[in-house]
Amino acid sequence: MASFSTNEFRSGLKVMIDGDPCAIIENEFVKPGKGQAFNRVKIRNLKTGRVLDKTFKSGESLDAADVINIDMQYLYSDGEFWHFMVPDSFEQHAADANAVADSYLWLKAQDSCEVTLYNGNPIAITPPNFVELEVSDTDPGLKGDTAQGGTKPATLETGAVVKVPLFLEIGEVVRVDTRSGEYMSRVKK
Amino acid sequence: MGWRPTATIESLRHRARIYRRIRAFFEAREFLEVDTPLLSGTTNTDAQIASMRAHNQGQELYLQTSPEFAMKRLLAAGSGSIYQICHAFREAEKGRRHQPEFTLLEWYRIGYDYHALMDQMENLIDLLSERTNSFQRRSYRNILIEHTDVDINSIQLPALRTRTRELVPGTDTSTLDFDQCLDLLISMVVSPGLQGYVFVYDYPVSQAALARVSAINPKVAERFELFYNDLELANGFSELIDAKQQRRRFEMDNSRRQSKGLPQYPVDEQLLAALESGMPECAGVALGLDRLLMVLQGLDCIDQTLSFPH
Repeated sequence: MASFSTNEFRSGLKVMIDGDPCAIIENEFVKPGKGQAFNRVKIRNLKTGRVLDKTFKSGESLDAADVINIDMQYLYSDGEFWHFMVPDSFEQHAADANAVADSYLWLKAQDSCEVTLYNGNPIAITPPNFVELEVSDTDPGLKGDTAQGGTKPATLETGAVVKVPLFLEIGEVVRVDTRSGEYMSRVKK
Repeated sequence: MGWRPTATIESLRHRARIYRRIRAFFEAREFLEVDTPLLSGTTNTDAQIASMRAHNQGQELYLQTSPEFAMKRLLAAGSGSIYQICHAFREAEKGRRHQPEFTLLEWYRIGYDYHALMDQMENLIDLLSERTNSFQRRSYRNILIEHTDVDINSIQLPALRTRTRELVPGTDTSTLDFDQCLDLLISMVVSPGLQGYVFVYDYPVSQAALARVSAINPKVAERFELFYNDLELANGFSELIDAKQQRRRFEMDNSRRQSKGLPQYPVDEQLLAALESGMPECAGVALGLDRLLMVLQGLDCIDQTLSFPH
């Protein structure tokens, strides 16, 4: 397994820290002129998504993490696993609830999303930044109230609940930013 | 890869103006400007500083990590007070505030001790920044107590490691020695709490470098650093002029190097011979000019002060 020394640390590098695959977000070289050199590193644990600060003595090395991101098509969920397919090879991967976490709220069959594989197994799912989903339940629409800017909750076909403008009706399709969970626009069919 | 300079032309003009003012400052005080070689057959034994190598016709040479040894030989030879603007080189130092090649202003004032030199430095900084600044002076021990509750006179290594881990989360302190813990606390906790120009002085003797040990308190060396906010700008001493002590420090450096698995270097016998022949009492300081320009120009990254950073 390859390893990386602190002077090779850069944003995006995937390394093993305390037994978990992590991605380096920021790396700062810290050294008093006549003192010990350290690298202060901000990392994201790719299993838990948590962001942590770590300190390393400059010159220390970390093992590379066997982590890759692959665009896959979401197929279906059997209740226990979520199934994804690599479009070119038809190779399938099953992700458990830990890997999918809250991303299931944005997964619609046939949509493409990014699957993070660690040692060949899915550990995280990143939905597209924007998804288009049908409104499955909401209070009746108020015609002519488009300028007021009021909102109401709407349940989407995946189970996600987002705030939408008052005029939207059941059966309409909305565009949502999956990073913030915010309604962006109505999609004309 | 672009060919254009990283610093703006305006920044380069400012640098040139700063150099003119520095020369005028020292000219007015009858310092001699000197120019010592960048290449040397011996190098700094400090275990925290890595030297870059060069070669000439089979001879192994080093790029200087500072002009200190050569300038001290001039002092011993009767140069009187001297200054130099030059480049220094330190392997693998690269970051927002570090460049492996950087610019130093180093000067030595005959007859001064470190506090007198701090006074002089205040005058220089006021001149270069074109304003009257306020400067604080805080002892290393007090500033560490203030920001970390660590008293270096009483704390033991296990407690220091625990405290360091609390204050700098995500650090495996079990492999850090006493001074490494202190270095981390200074970098991550103390210096981020500093405001404006602050001299930190009276460093623990374990970090004496080439400073003389205080006659009043043998636990500290007459060493200081100048910070602006959290940025370290300068390091100065009442210079150690005792050849025997200097040799012992070189040997200690090399045993530290050995324990860290670093290359050991022959001690600079020419410097020791110069001290032996008699170097006048003096104080000296090295000021990082690129970092001073960061402060004066309000820049966040050292690269922005340099024409062509590495």
